[in-house]
Amino acid sequence: MDKVMRLASEKGVVVFTKSSCCLCYAVNILFQELGVIPVVHEIDKDPEGKEMEKAITRLGCTAPVPAVFIGGKLVGSTNEVMSLHLSGSLTPLLKPYRA
Amino acid sequence: MNSPTPQFVSSRRMSVYDPIHQISMWGEGFKSNGNLSASIPLIDEPDMKLDSQSEDASHGILGEPNKYDQEANKPTDKIQRRLAQNREAARKSRLRKKAYVQQLESSRLKLMQLEQELERARQQGMYIGGGLDSNHLGFAGSVNSGITTFEMEYGHWVNEQNRQITELRRALNAHIGDMELRILVDSMMNHYAEIFRMKFAAAKADVFYVMSGMWKTTAERFFLWIGGFRPSELLKVLGPLIEPLTEQQRLDIYNLGQSCQQAEDALSQGMDKLRQILADSVAAGQFMEGTYIPQMTSAMEKLEALVSFVNQADHIRQQTLQQMSRILTIRQAARCLLALGEYFQRLRALSSLWSNRPREPA
Repeated sequence: MDKVMRLASEKGVVVFTKSSCCLCYAVNILFQELGVIPVVHEIDKDPEGKEMEKAITRLGCTAPVPAVFIGGKLVGSTNEVMSLHLSGSLTPLLKPYRA
Repeated sequence: MNSPTPQFVSSRRMSVYDPIHQISMWGEGFKSNGNLSASIPLIDEPDMKLDSQSEDASHGILGEPNKYDQEANKPTDKIQRRLAQNREAARKSRLRKKAYVQQLESSRLKLMQLEQELERARQQGMYIGGGLDSNHLGFAGSVNSGITTFEMEYGHWVNEQNRQITELRRALNAHIGDMELRILVDSMMNHYAEIFRMKFAAAKADVFYVMSGMWKTTAERFFLWIGGFRPSELLKVLGPLIEPLTEQQRLDIYNLGQSCQQAEDALSQGMDKLRQILADSVAAGQFMEGTYIPQMTSAMEKLEALVSFVNQADHIRQQTLQQMSRILTIRQAARCLLALGEYFQRLRALSSLWSNRPREPA
């Protein structure tokens, strides 16, 4: 939990992924299209990966990966990111963190 | 089929007393002999019809004599003419009946052939159905009850959709009030939510079926993007049809289109990545005894990821619909939904026309 929150607060846009997860790849592509380069942590490559996955689920994320944090706060998984973007709310959220 | 002789006798008896009834009966038979799906009841019908006819004939004999006693007093040539006409009518009726029976026989043969093919295909474990026009039978695998259920429900869904579209069109033409219009719009939105729920369940049953849009008609499948329509394309098509719009609305719709496009691109690239990883996974390693299974297990895991892609694509579709209803007034939303529904109706009609087009002889 601590590790997840610590990593999530390190940078503006943080995404927890798994190396084999193609939806995670898709979310990263979206961020890049919006002019943001997120910090990516592959939890399957992390020794504490299992714990991190549990922590993410406990925080209420709809899927363990991708888990998107903006400004240190949990935004959600792919569903939430897509909903935000289609409602036009994602771009203003990302504005302070654009490359 | 029964031998025609018994009916032949009764029809000849009938013809003198009730030619008009018989002519109209065979006319009905021809009208209902439209397509193959009606052929099963038709095979049984003529027997029933002819049985009731013989009853009528006996009534005719008992009920009619008075009429003809009177006529014996009138000039003979009138009777002769009448009898000749009856004979002619009876002859024509017999010819029609013969043609009808022949048509029935060939339909019956065709039906038997189709049933045999169906049985053969079922035994080989293919889906029967999938797309209302194509003869595509799906891939070989065990028959999937989740998909069979989906196809059945989809048939109902389309019927309900058509009904709602007709109702919406009438309502807009009749200039009903906003309150009533809202009810229609809400029920159509709920109806779309229903298809997305159905697809969610179907994707779990067979993701490839959903990915390939197997339940859709051919023209709809031409526009397929990850198991359904491409929202940004639809926005481009529908946009001009909902004019007039305010400047704010026009801007909002433009932004929605942009966001859709970006979301679709991201998802498409994710799909490409998945294909690449899967291809690498299948290509990697050697196909030797013993090393086959672990490789296939990892490939299987990657295929599971397809389910989440299909679900995500549907999520984008649904969100786009929601956003449109948020941006538009109730009347504009109604016009938009009507245009959307009619668009798909036309695509389905196009598919039908296409598959029924006259082909050049081989």
